[in-house]
Amino acid sequence: MDFTRRQFLKLSGATAATLAVIELGFDDKKAKASAKDFKISQLKPTPTICPYCGVGCGILVYSDGKDVVYTEGDPDNPINEGTLCSKGTTVRQVYTSDKRVETPLYRAPGSAKWEVVDWDWAMNRISEKMKDTRDRTFIQKENGITVNKVESIACMGGAALDNEEVYLLSKLMRAGLGLTYIEHQARI
Amino acid sequence: MTNHWIDLQHTDCALIMGGNPAENHPISFRWLTKAKEKGGKIISVDPRFTRTSSQADLYAPLRSGSDIAFVGGMINYILENKLYHEEYVKNYTNAALIVNDTYSFDDGIFGGYDEKTRSYDKTLWGFKKDENDKYVRDNTLQDPNCVFQLMKKHFSRYDIDTVVEVTGTPKDAYVKVIEMFAETGKPGKAGTIMYAMGTTQHTVGSQNVRAFGILQLLLGNIGLQGGGINAMRGESNVQGSTDFGLLYNNVTGYMETPTSTPEEATYKGFLEKVTPKAGYWTNKPKFYTSMLKAYYGNSATATNEFGYQYMPKLTPKKDYSHMRVFDSMYKGEIEGLFMFGTNPVVGGPNAGKEKEALSKLKWMVAIDLWETESSAFWQKEAGANPAEIDTEVFFLPACSSFEKEGSVSNSGRWMQYRWQAIAPKGKSKGDLEIIHMLALRQKELYKNSSHPAAAAVKALDWNYGHGEHPDIDLVCREINGYDTKTKTQIAGFKDLLDDGSTCSGNWIYCGFYPEEGKNHSKRRDNKDTGMGNYLNWSFAWPANRRILGNRASATPDGKPWSKDRVGIQWDAAQNLWVGNDVPDFTKDRAPKDEGGLSAFFMLPTGLGGLFGVMNEGPFPEHYEPYESPVTNAFSSVQLNPATKFGVEEFMTQGSAKDYPIIATTYRVSEHWQAGAMTRNLPWLSELVAYMFVEISEELAKEKGIKNKDKVVITSARGNIEAYAMITKRFKPFKIQGKVVHQVGMPWHFGYKGIATGGSANHLTPHIGDANTNIPEYKAFLCDVRRA
Repeated sequence: MDFTRRQFLKLSGATAATLAVIELGFDDKKAKASAKDFKISQLKPTPTICPYCGVGCGILVYSDGKDVVYTEGDPDNPINEGTLCSKGTTVRQVYTSDKRVETPLYRAPGSAKWEVVDWDWAMNRISEKMKDTRDRTFIQKENGITVNKVESIACMGGAALDNEEVYLLSKLMRAGLGLTYIEHQARI
Repeated sequence: MTNHWIDLQHTDCALIMGGNPAENHPISFRWLTKAKEKGGKIISVDPRFTRTSSQADLYAPLRSGSDIAFVGGMINYILENKLYHEEYVKNYTNAALIVNDTYSFDDGIFGGYDEKTRSYDKTLWGFKKDENDKYVRDNTLQDPNCVFQLMKKHFSRYDIDTVVEVTGTPKDAYVKVIEMFAETGKPGKAGTIMYAMGTTQHTVGSQNVRAFGILQLLLGNIGLQGGGINAMRGESNVQGSTDFGLLYNNVTGYMETPTSTPEEATYKGFLEKVTPKAGYWTNKPKFYTSMLKAYYGNSATATNEFGYQYMPKLTPKKDYSHMRVFDSMYKGEIEGLFMFGTNPVVGGPNAGKEKEALSKLKWMVAIDLWETESSAFWQKEAGANPAEIDTEVFFLPACSSFEKEGSVSNSGRWMQYRWQAIAPKGKSKGDLEIIHMLALRQKELYKNSSHPAAAAVKALDWNYGHGEHPDIDLVCREINGYDTKTKTQIAGFKDLLDDGSTCSGNWIYCGFYPEEGKNHSKRRDNKDTGMGNYLNWSFAWPANRRILGNRASATPDGKPWSKDRVGIQWDAAQNLWVGNDVPDFTKDRAPKDEGGLSAFFMLPTGLGGLFGVMNEGPFPEHYEPYESPVTNAFSSVQLNPATKFGVEEFMTQGSAKDYPIIATTYRVSEHWQAGAMTRNLPWLSELVAYMFVEISEELAKEKGIKNKDKVVITSARGNIEAYAMITKRFKPFKIQGKVVHQVGMPWHFGYKGIATGGSANHLTPHIGDANTNIPEYKAFLCDVRRA
């Protein structure tokens, strides 16, 4: 920076911000445009809805296919009109956080650690567990009435899932597998 | 929400009680700010002076757990001083109906109570009917047995002096709150009530909401733009997940899960039992049969009761809710658990005990983006000895909301689509695909099985394209519903039938995908169609209506209460309801027609329920929390008499002698729920990095605690450490002549992630509301000392 602290204080204190940058030989419009060029000009924004609270603010996600480059409030969404709170603003880090678990994991009985496993192995083993538990504990009748239910498996959660997902989840767990213990965050 | 976020701008007065939108729903507040700019007022009622309070025109504190006293006193004052909206009350509520003389109330207990089962015979609280099966009315509202007079009598005990002794609210602030909000009772005015878990998470949570309902009906605020009762949802799709039946007692669209009573042994008997004789729910058989058709496809026929017998039946009166899941787990009755993005070891009540219950599982499947305190309950870090825990644990990595596509429903019931921006990170997958993979494998495993457990799995209609990635468009079509023969999409739920010729996965969403290629949740026309309702943006259930009960936005003869606030109005020339919203009414039913005043047509009476049957009575009555430092001033009954108890080991109760301080929990803007979605992100972890307990200056002085001191908070359930945050936002209460302190804590923290800290829910009690069994997180007893 080639201006002194005194100059800066003078400018920021007494003059409007736009005047200040012109006096310093800085065209903020150009700078903004080139910054935009640099980061996201080749990228198409994808509209999404914030995954946090129930306000339903719109967010635009700019991705280059390998990474999420940038996110901002969706100016077209009438609820938030481009604005976001601290959480919505941070949504890019839901993707970039190194704390994300990226592969299926398995913890054996008595073990003190996770092991990395593949999807097929995990899904097949879970499915066998489910079937084994269901077959052993299935209740066909109660007081002479057909009840076709399983009270030894519980399914919890789902408030962060999409509608299509929770539809399939309640369809599978209740209508298919006969679970009665179906609960999620709305209760707590 | 009866209304929606953008509509908040139209309010004359927002009463915000049991919620803190400036902190927890920050963007909603821009619409309240707009209301303020137009002269609207904001009232904040909260035990703590919150960020919302700082933006309010009026703030009044109340002790946690005294909401019914507070609102009951408002109701009493409004009735005594005739501040209610008389025309609205007479025409749109059940004020004039006569209650059977079997109704009674004495010393905190309504008639029909059975102490042994802690329940009521609710049939004693019915309305009187004449020989033609019509409701008996007294339009003068003078009959001593009419709802209006019974209500007046019930709430007459909630006089201002008694109320403020119970709530600890300064009397002048309390009277100002009533007068400011009661202004909205004038015809043409609109007031809204906004609440969140500060209202519901009590042993009387449902009756807290009921009290709001009574208040809003008295003031004529339901159905109006700028009015309503607005529950602020804390999760992006907790609205949708509830709509879609992820609670034990409801299938999709708020219909009953069958139970094994003799009447419900057949589908016909079940439908007779759950279908009321009047009101819109008389259509329930059409919705239920269409759902069964969506579930079982060609395996659902008229000859097999549309597959009804495949559906699991609950044991009558057995409670399967969250806390009972953990009771049952603790007793070793539950072998396997699925957790879809949920973290009870941080978010559940008496969380330490709930964690203990997890170790009794044979297997657990956690589907999440992050390793949570719950999926890692067996680790040394969790205070467990892994060698002693035999649970097999599977962790399936889910991807985030923008790594897949699908819709979510916000608090205002707007179903908005989210498109996919990037492929799932690493080997993670969308939940849709994970659920699909589970279903396909169960189908395969049971393909040749003749075990009774195979029948429903085999019958389940599961056709969402080839391979392991389901076609989401096929799921959307099924949710909306189609003609089962022609596969033509159904235009709306009025076209659903009970003969198996239509299917619809969720009747309240029927209409969002009314024809080929038109998924309305994807609509992005953001032109305001009038009064901020944006009818062409996304889809709002039901039928794209933005304000529920909007018939009541017009006078009995169909004119708007105010020209500045037009919801819908009757156009006699066209013989139609027209206006700024989709009519929440039969569109061509004239005001003079039979039922032309039935604004609340979902109910058999068509009238708003000032008197409404709930598990602990037809009117809200104040009872103290499970743990309270004072005795009930309104009756000799201390605790909600219909609240149920669970397994004894979970039920520990502290007394005021050992734990004299009231505690509550809350959230901060920078974190979210049980923390996994924010404590794993660097920026948010840095913004609020530490667990703290907020303490008044007075209590801090008494306890010798300084700001930032490490302190221990203890309750009958256990203890946690936190940093002391001493503020002026909490003030001691004066309750019945006694000084009572209250502290507050965020409940986001746990030991996983970047920002870690003690979990407040290790302190909260395992008891809940008598209707919903939501835990009483918001009022319990503790003590605080320096660490």
